Amino acid sequence: MDRLAFLLATGLARGLVIALFALSLVIIWRAARIVNFAQAAMAIVAVYVAFAVTQATGSFWLGLAAALVTGAAVGAAVERWLIRLVPSTTPLPGMIVAIGLVMVLQSAISIAFGPKHRPMAAPFSEQPFSVGGVAVLSPYDLFILLVALGVVAVLAVLFNGTTLGLQMRASAMAPEVSRLLGVRVPRMITLGWMLSSAVAALAVLLLVPTELGLNAHSADILFVHAFTVAVLGGLDSPSGALVGGVVVGILISLVTGFLGAGLAPIAVLVLLTVVLLVRPGGIFAAKEARTA
Amino acid sequence: MTTPTETPATTTTRTMLAIEGLTVGYAGAPVIDGMRLDVPHGAVVALLGANGAGKTTLLRTVSGLVRPRSGRISLDGQDLSGLSVEDRVRRGLAQVPEGRSVVSELTVEENLHLGALWKIPGRSARRAAVAEVYEAFEPLARRRRSMGHQLSGGERQMLALARALVARPRVLLLDEPSLGLAPRVVAQLFAILRDTAERTGLTVLLAEQNVTSALSIADRGVVLGLGEIVADAPAAEIAADPALRHAYLGF
Amino acid sequence: MTATISSRTRGIVLRALALTVLALAATFLLDSYRNYQLAVVAAVFCATAGLTLLVGLTGQLSLGHAVLMACGGYGYALAAGFAVEVDLSGMLRFALGIVGAVVVAGAVGGLLGLAGARLRGPYLAGLTLALVIALPAFTSQVPGLGGDQGRNVPFEPVPDWLAPVLFSTEQWHAWIAILVAAVAVTPLAVLRSGRAGLRMRAVHGDEVAARLAGISPGRVKSHAFVAGALSAGLGGAVLAIVTQNVSPGGYDLAFSLLLLVAVVVGGLGSIGGAAVGSVLVVLLPWLIDTLTTSVGLPADVEQRLSGNLVVLVFGALLILVTVVWPGGLSHAFAGRLGSLSARLRRRSDQHVPQSLTER
Repeated sequence: MDRLAFLLATGLARGLVIALFALSLVIIWRAARIVNFAQAAMAIVAVYVAFAVTQATGSFWLGLAAALVTGAAVGAAVERWLIRLVPSTTPLPGMIVAIGLVMVLQSAISIAFGPKHRPMAAPFSEQPFSVGGVAVLSPYDLFILLVALGVVAVLAVLFNGTTLGLQMRASAMAPEVSRLLGVRVPRMITLGWMLSSAVAALAVLLLVPTELGLNAHSADILFVHAFTVAVLGGLDSPSGALVGGVVVGILISLVTGFLGAGLAPIAVLVLLTVVLLVRPGGIFAAKEARTA
Repeated sequence: MTTPTETPATTTTRTMLAIEGLTVGYAGAPVIDGMRLDVPHGAVVALLGANGAGKTTLLRTVSGLVRPRSGRISLDGQDLSGLSVEDRVRRGLAQVPEGRSVVSELTVEENLHLGALWKIPGRSARRAAVAEVYEAFEPLARRRRSMGHQLSGGERQMLALARALVARPRVLLLDEPSLGLAPRVVAQLFAILRDTAERTGLTVLLAEQNVTSALSIADRGVVLGLGEIVADAPAAEIAADPALRHAYLGF
Repeated sequence: MTATISSRTRGIVLRALALTVLALAATFLLDSYRNYQLAVVAAVFCATAGLTLLVGLTGQLSLGHAVLMACGGYGYALAAGFAVEVDLSGMLRFALGIVGAVVVAGAVGGLLGLAGARLRGPYLAGLTLALVIALPAFTSQVPGLGGDQGRNVPFEPVPDWLAPVLFSTEQWHAWIAILVAAVAVTPLAVLRSGRAGLRMRAVHGDEVAARLAGISPGRVKSHAFVAGALSAGLGGAVLAIVTQNVSPGGYDLAFSLLLLVAVVVGGLGSIGGAAVGSVLVVLLPWLIDTLTTSVGLPADVEQRLSGNLVVLVFGALLILVTVVWPGGLSHAFAGRLGSLSARLRRRSDQHVPQSLTER
């Protein structure tokens, strides 16, 4: 029972980080109607910058700010100088370019920084609180929870309550019509990329202290998990990302705890397959057609 | 029953939309070849012609979605060359494109607000502008919270038109707005269009295959054939000319 | 109509035969290591030929093609291992191994094909990504697959009747590889140039129009997957024979991406391009490694570059080719060779419109 509670709590915390990353995939889908396969690699670049800033200043918060700013900058740079050059009549060239970008970024980082995992310290204690003798969430986990909920709230307000959000949504749904209404569509798309990339950087920054450390490949698995979450929750649904993230996080935690870490990737694959084949629309999605 | 081509001397005869030497082609033979067209302020011009004659291409070139090979397009004397689509819109050009142009995942209200955003700063001013539009387009007012995809064909076209008018453009381009609509709905739509144009001094370029309806609200008719203007005359003359109708308008 | 089709097929088969004989002869000019590399190139070619059709013609991006090769490798290892246990040897063992490879790869390919038929681009790519990442977990959980160490594959020595002709095991393995590749790829080339190829391109271009023309996009897409899977499985079997081992480490995400690079740089949809790409992804890493060691850099820089520099170059190539040169290398040569082969082809393709035969 103790073990179950602990696994659930860990799963929740881990799931929220996945949810946050999945949220970044939702943002870029809503803003540009693509799945950005380079999301994790771009985020890692931002986190390396954050790491350097934290090392230099001793402050996690400055590092966090640096991660957000760098993330946004990387997003803007990739969109303006790479993605715009790619033919977009089919999604294929975009995906290939994204994969090329991943290869370039990860290998460049490995060449520059080497393969060592650099441990990062969390700003709060990672020791779980004890509630009635049962270990549950740690202060750090609570911090992640607050951040995740905060980001979701901010994004909800942005997309549904502001004119900027309206323009971003319209630009993604109907770019030509939006241009004919005077919306600066290219700017909206860049903005979407910046926002998405910043949120992804935040997610990876929160993840790294709980893992071995920072390394070019730290976020690969996170991408696969977040993609599964996005598929589960529906690529255009932030609440789907949140709920889906928690579900997947708990699933992974339970499988790892009771069946062994080796089985986790298989569990994720099975879940992904089942969702894609049975409920292709995702559990929360609006009219998202992903079937051929 | 003749409709005067010249606007009365009291209103300005300035040219709102001037097209000179326009050549547009996607690849190979040009779709529009050396076209010249002047649309005076306040005029309602029907752009007619069979499918493939170049009506849609012309409108898309004017709004900037298509780049011409050569030629000049001016809006009230200002050259539009090199301006992006959004910037042309911000100079006072509006277009109701062909087909499904209502953003179906947004509500009627959101669609209208979208049209007002660049022009009218401030939420309350925008709400006032949208309210004004609801007065002219009554059926929309009843459906303001509905999503785009819940509207009927006629309501959608009405929304597309209303949305284009929210920002009070100076020139309005319409590409086959009557397509797929019942005659009664077309009549209603065109009546509102004519009304608004007269009230606000809007200049309208209306591309249509529905010749009778278009000519009924237009001052002037311009017939395109294979990328060239083959007739440019007062609307009534064109309506009354059987040879012209047979040759270029298919009936 | 039938006369024209079989003459086109004949042309392809003859060309394949000529190239195979040339390749077999070339092995005499190469040393052992080069013959080993040639064998690897041939194995990779089996996979890239199918992948280029999948991505280039039907537009389906599969990031897990390495898994299909792994299926072939493991299928071969298991079947050949079984043959050893029941005391079969030589050709029989080889044949049984090949059957095993084809069955496993075909089955998994069929499943993936079903997924590919139902899913749009990014979703299929994501699914195949999850698949390739789950492979090591899979091999360590299923008993008999040998976990991370993998399984050993029975060694194929040069048969007695060929011993006087061939001078090394590597050359023999190269011959096996070339012959298997010829058998695997030629049907793909025939498929591509015939009605199946047209259907694949139709489905990629406009699914609604294809459906109206009576083509079932789902079926075309899944058939493309299975055809590619069978070929990749054969390539995996060859790789198993040549390296005498199958393990999940040899079929990871990096390898899948290498296959993608080969296909994109060589030219999507072009079998010749797939061949060029295969050579590129096998030789370039070796070339870059040789260069970096010969330049004489400090040890830890060299260590950081090893492996990573290759990936960097390949990633840059992927981006460059897609953005600047969408046709890949095959289109660069298409100008020279293309006009020649087009002139030869025109004799037999009289009534097939040019726009459908050009890539």
